[in-house]
Amino acid sequence: MKWLQRQANPYRWTGDWSQLLDGDLAYSFGRSPATVVAAGVTLIFFIAAVFAPWVAPHDPFDIATLDLNDAFLPPVWQGETGSWTYPLGTDGQGRDVLSTIVYATRISLTVGVLAVLLAAVLGGGLGLLAGYVGGWFDALVMRLADIQLTIPAILAALMIDGIARLVLPAGDQDVLAIYVLILAIGISEWPGYARVIRGVVMAESGKDYVSAARVIGIHPVSIMLRHILPNVMGPMLVLASIGLALAIIAEATLSFLGVGVPPTTPSLGTLIRVGDDFLFSGEWWILLFPAFALVALVLAVNVLGDWMRDALDPKLR
Amino acid sequence: MNEHASSSINRTPLVEVRGLSRHYPVSVPWLGRLFGGQSHKVLRAVDDVSFLLESGATFGLVGESGSGKTTIARLLVGLDRPTRGQILFNGTDIGTVASRQDMAGLRRNWQMIFQDPYSSLNPRWRVRDSVAEPIRAFGLADSRKGVDERVTELLVQVGLAPGDADRYPHEFSGGQRQRVAVARALASVPRFIVCDEPTSALDVSVQAQILNLMKDLQRRHGLGYVFISHDLAVVKHMADTIGVMYLGRLCEVSSARDLLSTPKHPYTRLLLEAMPGLNPSGTRRALVRGEPPDPISPPTGCGFHPRCPLADERCRRERPTTILSESTLVACHAVEEGRLK
Amino acid sequence: MALLELQNVRVEIPLRRQTLVALDDVSLHVEEGEVLGVVGESGAGKSLTVDAIIGLVEPPGRITHGEVLLAGRRIDNLPDEALQRIRGAQIGVVFQDPMSSLNPLYSIGYQLVQTIRAHLDVDLAAARRRAIELLAEVGIPDPDRRLSFYPHQFSGGMRQRVVIALALCAGPRVIIADEPTTALDVSTQAQILDLLRRLSRQHRTAVVLISHDMGVIAEMADRVAVMYAGRIVETGAVQTLIDRPQHPYTQGLMSSIPRIDQDVDRLAQVDGAMPRLADIPAGCAFHPRCPKFFDRCRRERPDLRPAGFSHEAACWLFDTPNANE
Repeated sequence: MKWLQRQANPYRWTGDWSQLLDGDLAYSFGRSPATVVAAGVTLIFFIAAVFAPWVAPHDPFDIATLDLNDAFLPPVWQGETGSWTYPLGTDGQGRDVLSTIVYATRISLTVGVLAVLLAAVLGGGLGLLAGYVGGWFDALVMRLADIQLTIPAILAALMIDGIARLVLPAGDQDVLAIYVLILAIGISEWPGYARVIRGVVMAESGKDYVSAARVIGIHPVSIMLRHILPNVMGPMLVLASIGLALAIIAEATLSFLGVGVPPTTPSLGTLIRVGDDFLFSGEWWILLFPAFALVALVLAVNVLGDWMRDALDPKLR
Repeated sequence: MNEHASSSINRTPLVEVRGLSRHYPVSVPWLGRLFGGQSHKVLRAVDDVSFLLESGATFGLVGESGSGKTTIARLLVGLDRPTRGQILFNGTDIGTVASRQDMAGLRRNWQMIFQDPYSSLNPRWRVRDSVAEPIRAFGLADSRKGVDERVTELLVQVGLAPGDADRYPHEFSGGQRQRVAVARALASVPRFIVCDEPTSALDVSVQAQILNLMKDLQRRHGLGYVFISHDLAVVKHMADTIGVMYLGRLCEVSSARDLLSTPKHPYTRLLLEAMPGLNPSGTRRALVRGEPPDPISPPTGCGFHPRCPLADERCRRERPTTILSESTLVACHAVEEGRLK
Repeated sequence: MALLELQNVRVEIPLRRQTLVALDDVSLHVEEGEVLGVVGESGAGKSLTVDAIIGLVEPPGRITHGEVLLAGRRIDNLPDEALQRIRGAQIGVVFQDPMSSLNPLYSIGYQLVQTIRAHLDVDLAAARRRAIELLAEVGIPDPDRRLSFYPHQFSGGMRQRVVIALALCAGPRVIIADEPTTALDVSTQAQILDLLRRLSRQHRTAVVLISHDMGVIAEMADRVAVMYAGRIVETGAVQTLIDRPQHPYTQGLMSSIPRIDQDVDRLAQVDGAMPRLADIPAGCAFHPRCPKFFDRCRRERPDLRPAGFSHEAACWLFDTPNANE
């Protein structure tokens, strides 16, 4: 708990890492093997995504290095043609499957993280205002959230995506696709954040420290940002970690459906779609490895998010 | 400090409350009223309350839950606006202050200490920041260093260590947190502090420490207190003048000594009888039956009549107006008619 | 033979870094028809004592030592079903918050009848009659009609009366009341205390009354035990304990309570605060705050010994002259 508080007030960083390791958070972390594994897996994916050009053995998008003769090679342990050059095999165009997974993870995580950020800022901001101000604004925001919640998130994202395609000029669509996707997924997720944050804000607003600030005449905006917002960060973090998993899945779904990222910058979902065609014709590795990667990533993020909620919640009360 | 109000007629009291009322409309929405045949309902949390606080003195407000004492606390510090009546600070009606600027200047003069030490400090702020908030808000120090020095000074005054400024509220006990709250209240050098049950959540031995601290600070800084509690013994210890509230109205106001030696209002007597004392004299007089009434539909006339042994027809019809005798107020027909035994 | 007795009960709570001793060598007894007050500040272990008596100490805490005896027979080592039969039937409990003792989804009549039939072998009609009887006994007007009321339809004081009725259902020999009036108004509090006292006299029920409010204890109890940091530091008859406390902590406590009949400028205060369970000092737990401590208090922990008229106090000031130094 203490480490979170130190983060909340960065000017006061006392710099003692030993206390971090000694704290209750670290203790509950170490106690649960599933969480440690999940954290490790997530870390690996993040590093792979950030350092893709250095991590991936090949650059799958450099057409010059592709050799069609290397197409459809099986993974290293399979058959006579498998080799360590392409540990997980190659796809129909001679691209190294492992490398494509690394680059695709980069896309998936970028979209996921930015979408969550958008949803958190939008939903959290609206929730903060609605909870503190109350009245008709609160009712308006909550009804909008209710309306949006009746639409399945994927459908909402599809709709936003469709509108964007109508509006944007055809030539730019590929370049902008990733931003449209982030926008679509982000907007489809905001109600969840808004509701939870609003609840927390309403609870905190009733507390005496807020009254004490009002007694000395502190401006409501200042109270919201300096008093209430720091107390909202905990639940926000929990939502964001679970939300990341959802966003990644959403992006994968949209890309699988063909309305996500363009094929030139494939994400894990795109890879799955491409690989789908080859599953029953014998080149199973083109589908299965990206699919495993997606499952592993989402599972790891989910487990981490679960642990975070359990570790932070009782103390946040 | 222990003078009665009568001897300070020529001095403007620090705080004067006149005819203060706070009503909340609690009717069922109009459709419900139309079909349910119910009338408008109003919750009179505070109903026509008047009292004064002298500079450097303590006015105690006593009452059970639902009596309106917390509402009065909130009205005094501006957390709520009155429906009727006036609150005057040094003769100025704070309800008539128009500009934000002037109001900000006025706010310096009062502060509040809350009941629950576990929610009166922001758990994400260090103690230093909580105590410094009023200093910064009113621009009472000119530099970061100045603020820190003042915070240290305040913490020492309330019996904490200077190093405590860097710690978080959860590292302290309830009593210590309440000390921090007191330090924060002192930070803006107010003229009076409204204390809403400041020790009710604390253990008895800690309560003694905090009450002693508050008295010391009062003497040192010439502070006025409006001290609110349900515990008559604590109020008696702290206050010079005590007001007893029932159902949003003041039944009796008197000096602390007189209230306890010669209570006049039947409700005051009930409270004194009902309080478990450390030296019980054995059997109590007949205990008044009945429950505290519903504040939304209070009894007609005198609010206390259903439970009053001296109630008669007039009490059921007519609300007693307060009578002043010397410096006391008693809102009771029986007293007025001399029926009191 | 005492009706309810605790002998040298020790409750430990094992945590990851250390084991906390929440109750340390606690011995109490209460006779039939007697009211024993247990007083202490928050963290002293009063509620944990109640949990230990009725066998509801929350894990990982557990009783590691000592015995709880009801009419001479051990009840702390009984299996769950046997304990469940004792709870309610022989030992009734009244907790502080009536709203959480009563299930808001069922009428009070239903809850009463269920409890009665769980402990007594009677049919529905007889149970209903008994429920009405009980409600009348605890002073609820119009009990017949109110049987079908839900908890939220009662005021706080009335609800607590219902809770007392529930505790009395099966005619227990002991009632444990844990801060029964703390959540109530002063005038309601007086009524509830009167009720408890009347019932205990009428039925010869023993009452263990837990409170942090000395006034409540003074009104109700015959004898008092004072707890501090999981230990009993003094016991004695209530009025002599209040007028002539022997243990320095009790003395400090009594003089720090504002009294309505006294007029003092400053209340006597005991500096510092009760130590947290993790930081209980060696020797006498109170010695760091004690105005009369001496060297032995730091090293050795005192047990209860006779002190003054009818008291027992855990303090080296009352070392018997025959003891060897």
